[in-house]
Amino acid sequence: MDDATRAALVQYLLRCGDDRLVLGHRLSEWCGHAPILEEDIALANLALDLIGHATLLLKLAGETEGAGRDEDALAYLREAIDFRNILMAELPKGDFAFTIMRQFLFSVASLYQLEALVRSTHAELRSIATKALKETRYHVRHAGEWALKLGDGTEESHARAQAALDALWRFAGEMFLMDEADERLVRAGIAPDLAPLEPKWRAQVTDVIERATLSVPASGYMQRGGRVGRHTEHLGHMLSEMQILQRSYPGAIW
Amino acid sequence: MTAAHDAASIWAILGSVMDPEVPVLSVVELGIVRDVTVDERGAVTVSVTPTYSGCPAMQIIERDIVTALASGGWRDARVRTVYSPAWTTDWIGDDARRKLKEFGIAPPPLPGSAVSDAELVPLRRRSPLVTCPYCGSDHTTVRSEFGTTACKAVMFCDRCHQPFELFKAF
Repeated sequence: MDDATRAALVQYLLRCGDDRLVLGHRLSEWCGHAPILEEDIALANLALDLIGHATLLLKLAGETEGAGRDEDALAYLREAIDFRNILMAELPKGDFAFTIMRQFLFSVASLYQLEALVRSTHAELRSIATKALKETRYHVRHAGEWALKLGDGTEESHARAQAALDALWRFAGEMFLMDEADERLVRAGIAPDLAPLEPKWRAQVTDVIERATLSVPASGYMQRGGRVGRHTEHLGHMLSEMQILQRSYPGAIW
Repeated sequence: MTAAHDAASIWAILGSVMDPEVPVLSVVELGIVRDVTVDERGAVTVSVTPTYSGCPAMQIIERDIVTALASGGWRDARVRTVYSPAWTTDWIGDDARRKLKEFGIAPPPLPGSAVSDAELVPLRRRSPLVTCPYCGSDHTTVRSEFGTTACKAVMFCDRCHQPFELFKAF
């Protein structure tokens, strides 16, 4: 692998890994606070899966980079500006409807991305994707079924689900943004082209939104910046909590 | 001793290492031990695949395997984590399925018996037939696909009104 491809792959793995780490941490914030016991357990399970995927992706990022950083160093010892997750992942958890709608929009995109990564020319990435794909099918079904229940539920659940969708919509497009690093990896057969995945995602998401008696928000201005380290103010606050143990007691293990 | 004999004795030791979260099944019965090798110096490498990517029991399982092998005389042992091919509940054998049921966990639906959901997000779930491990009734419903561990779902028996766990098909 040449240096430019290696650097692009490190970026790509950080992006994929950080999406899952940050979203997984947001989900873990529900532990002990979810509306019903089953959901408390479900959200913690989802968080565990996502943080598991992040661990594998960040480990591979560290190995590919070859600078001696392991997955823990990447998770706990980087500053907000060095994180490469999409902005949607770092937004505060909001109410249950917001969390569910975000999970739904993300999981469907993740599912299609992983389905394509299963055919990657990179063996390790392929095996991570194969494993994560099986888990992500459960994630899509969980969030999708809740989207139907909330949208087609009570007046209040409908209103909250629609408000969540409206707030999230301008962040969703960032999931399909590509730059030179991505294009280089597409040419090498390592990462999938995201362009054809976007209409597929839109069709699936629209189908559930409509069945949930909700409306697809109008497309307009799209927020971006996470992929190059320009984040909302929320990420720094989240990291201060997520990283405090390793920052205060470097190298602490349990 | 022959290499085949070594491997057999190691597999026998591994057969006594129980899964910390499903303590009626050994790591071998669960299907997570994929390979065992012994080199000419007697160093053992056990390849293990996690059930789920984020399985928090993996570190405990690794430690239990190394400890069990050490007390069986294999002091130089290490565990290698492999991710491919991905673990599937199809690797849980008949004997292990019976043990799960006796323990009160419904075994995973058999390969091919699960009604596949053609739709990604079905409006009404067509669940595979799950039998209550307590009363044997088929009148059961899924309460949540995420249970006390990643590999289990929460079920409810509509006949004996008993909640139970299902080792979900994966």
